[in-house]
Amino acid sequence: MAAELHVELVAADRSVWSGEATLVVARTTSGDIGVMPGHQPLLGVLESGPVTIRTSEGGTVVAAVHGGFISFADDKLSLLAEIAELADEIDVQRAERALELAKSDADAAAERRAEIRLRAVAVL
Amino acid sequence: MGAQLRVYKRRIQAVTATKKITKAMEMIAASRIVKAQRKVAASQPYATELTRAVTAVATGSDANHPLTTEVETPTRAAVLLITSDRGLAGGYSSNAIKAAERLRERLASEGKEVDTYIVGRKGVAYYGFRERKVADSWTGFTDNPAYSDAKRVAAPLIEAIQKETAEGGVDELHIVFTEFVSMMTQNAVDARMLPLSLDDVAEESTRKGEILPLFEFEPSAEDVLDALLPRYVESRIYNALLQAAASEHAARRRAMKSATDNAGDLIKSLSRLANAARQAEITQEISEIVGGASALADATAGSDK
Repeated sequence: MAAELHVELVAADRSVWSGEATLVVARTTSGDIGVMPGHQPLLGVLESGPVTIRTSEGGTVVAAVHGGFISFADDKLSLLAEIAELADEIDVQRAERALELAKSDADAAAERRAEIRLRAVAVL
Repeated sequence: MGAQLRVYKRRIQAVTATKKITKAMEMIAASRIVKAQRKVAASQPYATELTRAVTAVATGSDANHPLTTEVETPTRAAVLLITSDRGLAGGYSSNAIKAAERLRERLASEGKEVDTYIVGRKGVAYYGFRERKVADSWTGFTDNPAYSDAKRVAAPLIEAIQKETAEGGVDELHIVFTEFVSMMTQNAVDARMLPLSLDDVAEESTRKGEILPLFEFEPSAEDVLDALLPRYVESRIYNALLQAAASEHAARRRAMKSATDNAGDLIKSLSRLANAARQAEITQEISEIVGGASALADATAGSDK
């Protein structure tokens, strides 16, 4: 059994995903970071973007996070985000519609949110 | 039907209608408490993780952030008061307002100016009626707050604390809300959000027997703390809003339950009175008939003689 780390992905109003993983890749403000079991304790600021979790069963979980933090200690990793969605939960058509709407309204924040959702789905 | 009886009947009808309404409100409030409690529980993981992270940065680094260091002579404090939008919840809002008044007095005695921020129409009305100055207020979401509401409330508070005191900023941030202890107990409490009293936070984590690891910060401890603290304030406010919502529903349920009980008692005593009035009416009618009949009998008997 390979070493694994426990991942908690929590949004402000719910717990989105939790389970065992072998690798987590997330984007911090200073670049992408990959965390494997035994990593040095880490606390970083996340950029909005997709987070990839390789589960210990060999699957991949992708989630779109909109800002937040990554903290890792004692083989426990927590991803905190105000808004976080699993790629499976994202409705592509709705995100595309939201993207178009945001573009026409020139709403930069909404446009970015929609783009991140679509990117997360594309990674999967 | 006699006038007396008609009055009783009408009152019984009115009280029965009121009882139906209060009963319905009681049941609605009861179902919403459960929902609100579930929301409190769902927001818990985020809050715990965030507190842990804040503790880790604040204790694990020698970062000297304005939000964690106490000013030597604080001169102005902001108080966020959370009340309800709607009434019929017993002493819920007035208890919170009273707690805020006490806090205000205490802060004033320490020589601090107080800026008040209010959530909920009841608090706004209380301050408006007394023509007190309110720095900012929000209404319309107290019975079912969302995270975006907490963000909206937090934004001006965070801005105020980051400003210099001389330019209208504040040194301290307090929050007054109703803590949800159980279905039967809710307490109006006040707490200081900022500056963080690290002793409390550290005490909490050592009590759990946790040893905080030495973190590597990405990109730097200051940047992480800069990003963390606004989120921490938002999450604290969100938690307070959710607890306040649960408490509001619990208080309303209790108030409506006693209203329903009282209406039941009232109906009972009114129907006793109505029955007595009806009986009195019947008795009177009978005695009138009997009296009339015997008068007639007396009259005919007299003519026979």
